[in-house]
Amino acid sequence: MTPINWHSCFFLLFAFLACFGAVAVALSNQIIRMAFYLIISLASVAGLFFLAGADFVGAVQLMVYVGGTVVLLAFGMMLTGRGPFESFQPLAGQWVLGAVVGGCLLAILIQTAVSVGDWGGTPVTPEPVRLEQISSSGAIGMGLMGARTDQLSEPDPLKREGMSGYLLPFEIVSVHLLVVLIGAAYLARARRKREDA
Amino acid sequence: MLNLFTEPVTLSHFLIVGVVLFVSGLVTMATKRNAIGVLMGIELVLNGASLNFIAFANPQLRVDSAMALGLDGHFFTLFVIVLAAAEAAVALAIVLRFYHDHTTVDIEEADELKG
Repeated sequence: MTPINWHSCFFLLFAFLACFGAVAVALSNQIIRMAFYLIISLASVAGLFFLAGADFVGAVQLMVYVGGTVVLLAFGMMLTGRGPFESFQPLAGQWVLGAVVGGCLLAILIQTAVSVGDWGGTPVTPEPVRLEQISSSGAIGMGLMGARTDQLSEPDPLKREGMSGYLLPFEIVSVHLLVVLIGAAYLARARRKREDA
Repeated sequence: MLNLFTEPVTLSHFLIVGVVLFVSGLVTMATKRNAIGVLMGIELVLNGASLNFIAFANPQLRVDSAMALGLDGHFFTLFVIVLAAAEAAVALAIVLRFYHDHTTVDIEEADELKG
């Protein structure tokens, strides 16, 4: 009997939870339950990130998405809800259309995902996983500073030049976040009520 | 389908999970009438894309290891997460503004610009 592959077992667990949460978000009509299912789905996706060897990104997903964005959404629904279990029933036509389009897209994309042979197997001679490969946060930090310490072994100097880091996108995202925060505070600030209201 | 309890996971399995997340998010965006529900659909779509980036980044999951994205996939996922947080903040501000003016978040009510 072949030994159990625990990596695959945990993948199955997290994949099931992620898909379950996502489908439940699509099917549920009560906004607060949707938020709960969204937390399940996003946290399971963080688990999948860990299983795919992206420790730092998984941690960021847990902190920023599950800890930040979903909490923001929860506050939004508390500020806009009119009752504890307020629900909007979707229009029947939209529901049918969404189900048909979604089903077709699902069939096509899954067909595509499993049709490429090179994606359906593991390397014939897998490299041994080393500790410095797993803990990638140092290389990520250097990449955001503009130096790709993970690509030093690239033999082609021309290619190496093209692999400069992500300093400019990092700065753009920083300024973007600042602008977004100012804009959000400006949009959501309490104004005086309209005269005719 | 492989017996996943003994076989190693491959890139295709990650892609299938990403597809399910993406399509669920799309259906959520298309059918929900609550504006915050639409936002949740967007989050799911972005997560499906992130999962694909991370899966393509890992060289251990595929036969042609040299084609793996490497750390670039991680960078793109980080940018996606940050931009999603920013997008949620702005969209929530707009929803609050809309609620302030219309006392509802039903997107069927947002028809003032309808031709």
